[in-house]
Amino acid sequence: MSEQPDSRESAWAKPVDKLRVSGTPTGAINLNVEGKQMVGPLQGFGQLWQKTYRVALSGSSASPQEVVSLLKAKLPELMPSDSRFYPSITGVKPGEVIIINATVPGVPGTISTGVMILYADDESFTVMTPEGHPESGFNTFSASSEDGVTVAQIQSLARANDPIYEFGFRFMGGSSQQEKIWHHVLTQLAAQFKTAANVTMQKTCVDNRLQWSQAKNVWHNAMIRSTLNLPVRTARRVFRGGRGIDAS
Amino acid sequence: MSIQLTAAVRPIAASACIIDLHGDITAQAEAALMEAYHQASKNGAKAIILNFEGLDYMNSSGIGLLVTLLIRVQRQKQKLLAYGLSDHYQQIFELTRLNEAIGIYSDEAEAKAAA
Repeated sequence: MSEQPDSRESAWAKPVDKLRVSGTPTGAINLNVEGKQMVGPLQGFGQLWQKTYRVALSGSSASPQEVVSLLKAKLPELMPSDSRFYPSITGVKPGEVIIINATVPGVPGTISTGVMILYADDESFTVMTPEGHPESGFNTFSASSEDGVTVAQIQSLARANDPIYEFGFRFMGGSSQQEKIWHHVLTQLAAQFKTAANVTMQKTCVDNRLQWSQAKNVWHNAMIRSTLNLPVRTARRVFRGGRGIDAS
Repeated sequence: MSIQLTAAVRPIAASACIIDLHGDITAQAEAALMEAYHQASKNGAKAIILNFEGLDYMNSSGIGLLVTLLIRVQRQKQKLLAYGLSDHYQQIFELTRLNEAIGIYSDEAEAKAAA
Protein backbone atom coordinates (compact mmCIF):
# COMPACT_ATOMS: atom_id res chain seq x y z
CA MET A 1 0.00 0.00 0.00
CA SER A 2 2.75 2.43 0.96
CA GLU A 3 4.92 1.57 -2.06
CA GLN A 4 2.39 2.36 -4.73
CA PRO A 5 1.96 6.11 -4.11
CA ASP A 6 5.75 6.57 -3.89
CA SER A 7 6.40 4.79 -7.16
CA ARG A 8 3.63 6.74 -8.85
CA GLU A 9 4.97 10.02 -7.47
CA SER A 10 8.42 9.16 -8.80
CA ALA A 11 6.94 9.23 -12.32
CA TRP A 12 7.08 13.03 -12.05
CA ALA A 13 10.18 15.17 -12.51
CA LYS A 14 11.51 16.89 -9.42
CA PRO A 15 10.83 20.64 -9.26
CA VAL A 16 13.47 22.74 -11.03
CA ASP A 17 13.81 26.50 -11.37
CA LYS A 18 15.95 26.29 -14.46
CA LEU A 19 17.05 23.52 -16.80
CA ARG A 20 20.45 21.91 -16.44
CA VAL A 21 22.01 19.73 -19.12
CA SER A 22 24.17 17.09 -17.47
CA GLY A 23 26.20 16.30 -20.59
CA THR A 24 25.91 17.08 -24.26
CA PRO A 25 25.31 13.91 -26.27
CA THR A 26 27.78 13.32 -29.09
CA GLY A 27 26.87 15.22 -32.21
CA ALA A 28 24.36 17.52 -30.55
CA ILE A 29 24.43 21.30 -30.55
CA ASN A 30 23.54 22.33 -27.04
CA LEU A 31 22.11 25.85 -27.14
CA ASN A 32 19.04 27.52 -25.69
CA VAL A 33 18.39 24.90 -23.02
CA GLU A 34 20.80 25.44 -20.13
CA GLY A 35 19.39 27.92 -17.62
CA LYS A 36 16.01 28.23 -19.34
CA GLN A 37 12.76 28.07 -17.39
CA MET A 38 10.07 25.56 -18.28
CA VAL A 39 6.98 26.94 -19.97
CA GLY A 40 3.61 25.22 -20.26
CA PRO A 41 0.38 25.78 -22.19
CA LEU A 42 -0.43 28.80 -20.02
CA GLN A 43 2.80 30.73 -20.65
CA GLY A 44 3.06 30.95 -24.45
CA PHE A 45 1.81 33.61 -26.86
CA GLY A 46 -0.29 32.01 -29.61
CA GLN A 47 -3.52 30.11 -29.91
CA LEU A 48 -3.64 26.98 -27.75
CA TRP A 49 -4.10 23.80 -29.78
CA GLN A 50 -4.68 20.23 -28.72
CA LYS A 51 -3.57 17.85 -31.45
CA THR A 52 -4.02 14.10 -31.06
CA TYR A 53 -2.25 11.69 -33.43
CA ARG A 54 -3.14 8.00 -33.21
CA VAL A 55 -2.24 4.77 -34.88
CA ALA A 56 -3.84 1.38 -34.19
CA LEU A 57 -1.23 -1.38 -34.21
CA SER A 58 -3.68 -3.91 -35.64
CA GLY A 59 -2.26 -7.38 -35.97
CA SER A 60 0.50 -6.76 -33.43
CA SER A 61 0.45 -8.53 -30.09
CA ALA A 62 2.56 -5.82 -28.45
CA SER A 63 1.17 -4.54 -25.16
CA PRO A 64 0.84 -0.79 -24.44
CA GLN A 65 3.82 -1.10 -22.09
CA GLU A 66 5.95 -2.68 -24.84
CA VAL A 67 4.97 0.08 -27.26
CA VAL A 68 5.87 2.84 -24.80
CA SER A 69 9.10 1.05 -23.91
CA LEU A 70 10.07 1.01 -27.59
CA LEU A 71 9.09 4.67 -27.99
CA LYS A 72 11.34 5.58 -25.07
CA ALA A 73 14.23 3.52 -26.38
CA LYS A 74 14.01 4.44 -30.05
CA LEU A 75 12.51 7.91 -30.15
CA PRO A 76 15.61 9.44 -31.79
CA GLU A 77 15.46 6.82 -34.59
CA LEU A 78 11.74 7.37 -35.12
CA MET A 79 12.17 11.11 -35.65
CA PRO A 80 12.57 12.51 -39.17
CA SER A 81 16.10 13.43 -40.25
CA ASP A 82 15.40 17.18 -40.06
CA SER A 83 14.35 16.98 -36.41
CA ARG A 84 16.95 15.14 -34.35
CA PHE A 85 16.38 14.18 -30.72
CA TYR A 86 19.34 13.63 -28.38
CA PRO A 87 18.27 12.13 -25.05
CA SER A 88 20.73 12.11 -22.16
CA ILE A 89 22.70 8.95 -21.50
CA THR A 90 20.11 7.87 -18.90
CA GLY A 91 17.36 8.01 -21.50
CA VAL A 92 13.72 8.95 -21.08
CA LYS A 93 13.50 9.43 -17.31
CA PRO A 94 11.64 12.10 -15.32
CA GLY A 95 13.68 15.29 -15.12
CA GLU A 96 16.07 14.37 -17.95
CA VAL A 97 16.58 16.74 -20.87
CA ILE A 98 16.34 15.83 -24.55
CA ILE A 99 18.28 18.19 -26.80
CA ILE A 100 16.59 18.89 -30.13
CA ASN A 101 18.44 19.97 -33.27
CA ALA A 102 16.16 20.82 -36.17
CA THR A 103 16.43 22.37 -39.59
CA VAL A 104 13.66 24.52 -40.98
CA PRO A 105 13.25 25.57 -44.62
CA GLY A 106 14.39 29.17 -45.08
CA VAL A 107 16.33 29.31 -41.82
CA PRO A 108 20.13 28.95 -42.06
CA GLY A 109 21.86 26.37 -39.91
CA THR A 110 20.46 24.22 -37.17
CA ILE A 111 17.96 25.36 -34.58
CA SER A 112 18.90 24.06 -31.16
CA THR A 113 16.45 23.71 -28.33
CA GLY A 114 15.21 20.91 -26.08
CA VAL A 115 12.53 19.52 -23.83
CA MET A 116 12.41 18.15 -20.31
CA ILE A 117 10.80 14.82 -19.42
CA LEU A 118 8.03 15.99 -17.13
CA TYR A 119 6.45 12.62 -16.48
CA ALA A 120 7.22 9.02 -17.37
CA ASP A 121 5.54 5.76 -16.42
CA ASP A 122 5.10 2.39 -18.15
CA GLU A 123 2.26 3.55 -20.39
CA SER A 124 3.13 7.15 -21.16
CA PHE A 125 5.66 9.93 -20.97
CA THR A 126 5.28 13.67 -21.30
CA VAL A 127 7.76 16.32 -22.31
CA MET A 128 7.54 20.00 -21.41
CA THR A 129 9.15 22.83 -23.35
CA PRO A 130 11.61 25.50 -22.20
CA GLU A 131 11.67 29.21 -22.99
CA GLY A 132 12.69 29.78 -26.61
CA HIS A 133 11.23 26.53 -27.94
CA PRO A 134 8.79 27.06 -30.85
CA GLU A 135 5.97 25.77 -28.67
CA SER A 136 5.00 26.33 -25.07
CA GLY A 137 3.30 23.27 -23.65
CA PHE A 138 3.28 19.50 -23.29
CA ASN A 139 3.62 16.52 -25.63
CA THR A 140 2.40 13.19 -24.30
CA PHE A 141 3.38 9.88 -25.86
CA SER A 142 1.20 6.99 -24.74
CA ALA A 143 -0.33 3.66 -25.65
CA SER A 144 -3.51 1.94 -24.54
CA SER A 145 -5.52 -1.13 -25.36
CA GLU A 146 -8.83 -0.50 -27.13
CA ASP A 147 -11.03 -3.48 -28.00
CA GLY A 148 -8.03 -5.75 -27.89
CA VAL A 149 -5.91 -3.56 -30.19
CA THR A 150 -2.98 -1.53 -28.92
CA VAL A 151 -3.22 2.10 -29.98
CA ALA A 152 -0.24 4.44 -29.87
CA GLN A 153 -0.93 8.11 -29.39
CA ILE A 154 0.91 11.41 -29.36
CA GLN A 155 -1.00 14.35 -27.95
CA SER A 156 0.27 17.90 -27.87
CA LEU A 157 -1.26 20.68 -25.84
CA ALA A 158 0.69 23.75 -26.78
CA ARG A 159 0.73 27.24 -28.19
CA ALA A 160 3.40 29.13 -30.11
CA ASN A 161 5.86 30.59 -27.67
CA ASP A 162 6.11 34.05 -29.20
CA PRO A 163 4.72 36.20 -32.07
CA ILE A 164 7.41 35.12 -34.55
CA TYR A 165 6.67 31.45 -34.02
CA GLU A 166 2.92 32.13 -34.17
CA PHE A 167 3.39 33.80 -37.56
CA GLY A 168 5.50 30.85 -38.71
CA PHE A 169 2.96 28.28 -37.56
CA ARG A 170 0.03 30.08 -39.16
CA PHE A 171 1.45 31.50 -42.37
CA MET A 172 4.80 29.83 -43.12
CA GLY A 173 3.80 26.18 -42.96
CA GLY A 174 5.16 25.59 -39.46
CA SER A 175 1.98 23.97 -38.23
CA SER A 176 1.81 21.42 -41.04
CA GLN A 177 5.53 20.74 -40.67
CA GLN A 178 4.99 19.94 -37.00
CA GLU A 179 2.07 17.67 -37.89
CA LYS A 180 4.24 15.84 -40.44
CA ILE A 181 6.83 15.16 -37.72
CA TRP A 182 4.37 13.30 -35.50
CA HIS A 183 2.79 11.49 -38.45
CA HIS A 184 6.30 10.35 -39.35
CA VAL A 185 7.01 9.14 -35.80
CA LEU A 186 3.83 7.08 -35.61
CA THR A 187 4.36 5.69 -39.11
CA GLN A 188 7.87 4.61 -38.15
CA LEU A 189 6.56 3.17 -34.88
CA ALA A 190 3.96 1.09 -36.73
CA ALA A 191 6.72 -0.18 -39.03
CA GLN A 192 8.66 -1.38 -35.97
CA PHE A 193 5.68 -3.60 -35.15
CA LYS A 194 5.25 -4.60 -38.80
CA THR A 195 1.76 -3.15 -39.02
CA ALA A 196 0.23 -0.85 -41.59
CA ALA A 197 0.21 2.78 -40.48
CA ASN A 198 -3.11 4.54 -40.72
CA VAL A 199 -2.28 7.62 -38.68
CA THR A 200 -5.19 9.86 -37.75
CA MET A 201 -5.08 13.37 -36.36
CA GLN A 202 -7.68 15.34 -34.50
CA LYS A 203 -7.07 18.97 -33.66
CA THR A 204 -8.99 21.39 -31.49
CA CYS A 205 -8.31 25.03 -30.81
CA VAL A 206 -8.65 25.09 -27.02
CA ASP A 207 -8.04 28.84 -26.73
CA ASN A 208 -8.11 31.13 -29.76
CA ARG A 209 -6.85 34.19 -27.88
CA LEU A 210 -3.35 35.58 -28.27
CA GLN A 211 -1.59 36.28 -25.00
CA TRP A 212 0.00 39.64 -25.77
CA SER A 213 1.53 39.79 -22.29
CA GLN A 214 3.77 36.93 -23.47
CA ALA A 215 5.03 38.70 -26.63
CA LYS A 216 8.24 39.39 -24.71
CA ASN A 217 9.07 35.67 -25.03
CA VAL A 218 10.65 36.58 -28.36
CA TRP A 219 13.80 37.48 -26.36
CA HIS A 220 14.41 33.75 -25.83
CA ASN A 221 13.52 32.67 -29.40
CA ALA A 222 15.75 29.65 -30.10
CA MET A 223 15.50 30.09 -33.88
CA ILE A 224 16.89 33.64 -33.72
CA ARG A 225 19.49 32.76 -31.11
CA SER A 226 20.67 29.66 -33.00
CA THR A 227 20.97 31.70 -36.22
CA LEU A 228 22.91 34.48 -34.48
CA ASN A 229 25.21 31.86 -32.98
CA LEU A 230 25.88 30.26 -36.37
CA PRO A 231 28.95 32.44 -37.24
CA VAL A 232 30.46 31.65 -33.83
CA ARG A 233 30.01 27.91 -34.35
CA THR A 234 31.33 28.15 -37.89
CA ALA A 235 34.44 30.06 -36.72
CA ARG A 236 35.07 27.49 -33.99
CA ARG A 237 34.85 24.69 -36.51
CA VAL A 238 37.30 26.46 -38.82
CA PHE A 239 39.81 27.11 -36.02
CA ARG A 240 39.53 23.51 -34.86
CA GLY A 241 40.37 22.43 -38.40
CA GLY A 242 36.94 20.96 -38.97
CA ARG A 243 37.27 18.60 -36.03
CA GLY A 244 34.53 17.99 -33.52
CA ILE A 245 31.08 19.32 -33.22
CA ASP A 246 30.31 22.65 -31.68
CA ALA A 247 28.67 21.83 -28.41
CA SER A 248 29.00 25.08 -26.52
CA MET B 1 -4.75 0.35 -11.03
CA SER B 2 -6.67 3.50 -11.80
CA ILE B 3 -9.43 4.69 -9.43
CA GLN B 4 -12.22 6.29 -11.42
CA LEU B 5 -12.75 9.96 -10.61
CA THR B 6 -15.93 11.11 -8.96
CA ALA B 7 -16.61 14.83 -8.93
CA ALA B 8 -19.42 16.04 -6.67
CA VAL B 9 -20.68 19.60 -6.95
CA ARG B 10 -21.38 21.48 -3.71
CA PRO B 11 -22.77 25.02 -3.99
CA ILE B 12 -21.50 27.19 -1.13
CA ALA B 13 -22.97 30.54 -2.16
CA ALA B 14 -24.89 32.02 -5.05
CA SER B 15 -21.63 32.83 -6.78
CA ALA B 16 -19.36 29.93 -5.80
CA CYS B 17 -19.29 26.15 -6.03
CA ILE B 18 -16.92 23.53 -4.71
CA ILE B 19 -16.17 20.43 -6.78
CA ASP B 20 -15.11 17.60 -4.45
CA LEU B 21 -12.74 15.32 -6.36
CA HIS B 22 -12.19 11.68 -5.36
CA GLY B 23 -10.04 9.17 -7.21
CA ASP B 24 -7.54 9.61 -10.05
CA ILE B 25 -7.26 12.50 -12.48
CA THR B 26 -6.11 10.94 -15.73
CA ALA B 27 -7.36 11.13 -19.32
CA GLN B 28 -10.32 8.94 -18.26
CA ALA B 29 -11.50 11.65 -15.85
CA GLU B 30 -12.42 14.13 -18.58
CA ALA B 31 -16.16 13.39 -18.71
CA ALA B 32 -16.62 13.47 -14.92
CA LEU B 33 -14.62 16.66 -14.48
CA MET B 34 -16.25 18.58 -17.34
CA GLU B 35 -19.75 17.45 -16.34
CA ALA B 36 -19.11 18.67 -12.79
CA TYR B 37 -17.89 22.00 -14.15
CA HIS B 38 -21.04 22.28 -16.28
CA GLN B 39 -23.20 21.56 -13.24
CA ALA B 40 -21.29 24.07 -11.13
CA SER B 41 -21.59 26.81 -13.75
CA LYS B 42 -25.18 26.45 -14.82
CA ASN B 43 -26.49 28.61 -11.98
CA GLY B 44 -24.03 31.39 -12.65
CA ALA B 45 -21.18 30.58 -10.27
CA LYS B 46 -18.35 33.07 -10.63
CA ALA B 47 -15.85 31.02 -8.65
CA ILE B 48 -15.13 27.31 -9.03
CA ILE B 49 -13.18 25.74 -6.18
CA LEU B 50 -11.55 22.34 -6.73
CA ASN B 51 -11.20 20.26 -3.57
CA PHE B 52 -8.27 17.88 -4.01
CA GLU B 53 -8.42 16.32 -0.52
CA GLY B 54 -9.75 13.08 -2.04
CA LEU B 55 -7.23 12.96 -4.88
CA ASP B 56 -5.44 9.61 -5.11
CA TYR B 57 -3.30 10.22 -8.13
CA MET B 58 -2.84 12.56 -11.08
CA ASN B 59 -0.73 11.96 -14.17
CA SER B 60 0.37 14.39 -16.89
CA SER B 61 -2.86 13.88 -18.86
CA GLY B 62 -4.68 14.98 -15.71
CA ILE B 63 -2.64 18.18 -15.66
CA GLY B 64 -3.63 18.68 -19.31
CA LEU B 65 -7.28 18.31 -18.31
CA LEU B 66 -6.88 21.00 -15.67
CA VAL B 67 -5.36 23.30 -18.31
CA THR B 68 -8.38 22.87 -20.60
CA LEU B 69 -10.74 23.35 -17.62
CA LEU B 70 -8.89 26.54 -16.69
CA ILE B 71 -9.25 27.91 -20.24
CA ARG B 72 -13.02 27.25 -20.12
CA VAL B 73 -13.24 28.98 -16.74
CA GLN B 74 -11.31 31.99 -18.03
CA ARG B 75 -13.55 32.22 -21.12
CA GLN B 76 -16.60 32.42 -18.85
CA LYS B 77 -14.84 35.10 -16.79
CA GLN B 78 -14.90 32.85 -13.73
CA LYS B 79 -12.15 32.20 -11.19
CA LEU B 80 -10.59 28.79 -10.57
CA LEU B 81 -9.26 28.05 -7.09
CA ALA B 82 -8.00 24.90 -5.40
CA TYR B 83 -7.32 23.50 -1.94
CA GLY B 84 -6.39 20.20 -0.37
CA LEU B 85 -3.39 19.52 -2.60
CA SER B 86 -0.68 17.37 -1.04
CA ASP B 87 2.88 18.75 -0.93
CA HIS B 88 3.72 16.57 -3.92
CA TYR B 89 0.94 17.90 -6.12
CA GLN B 90 1.62 21.47 -5.00
CA GLN B 91 5.13 20.92 -6.37
CA ILE B 92 3.66 19.55 -9.61
CA PHE B 93 1.47 22.65 -9.95
CA GLU B 94 4.61 24.76 -9.51
CA LEU B 95 6.62 22.67 -11.96
CA THR B 96 3.91 22.92 -14.63
CA ARG B 97 3.24 26.55 -13.63
CA LEU B 98 -0.47 25.92 -13.13
CA ASN B 99 -0.11 27.72 -9.78
CA GLU B 100 0.35 30.98 -11.71
CA ALA B 101 -3.26 30.80 -12.91
CA ILE B 102 -5.06 28.71 -10.28
CA GLY B 103 -5.18 30.12 -6.77
CA ILE B 104 -3.92 27.47 -4.32
CA TYR B 105 -5.19 27.54 -0.72
CA SER B 106 -4.50 25.33 2.26
CA ASP B 107 -8.11 24.65 3.25
CA GLU B 108 -11.73 25.22 2.35
CA ALA B 109 -12.15 28.29 4.57
CA GLU B 110 -9.22 30.07 2.90
CA ALA B 111 -10.43 29.17 -0.58
CA LYS B 112 -13.98 30.34 0.22
CA ALA B 113 -12.65 33.63 1.54
CA ALA B 114 -10.73 34.17 -1.69
CA ALA B 115 -13.62 33.16 -3.98
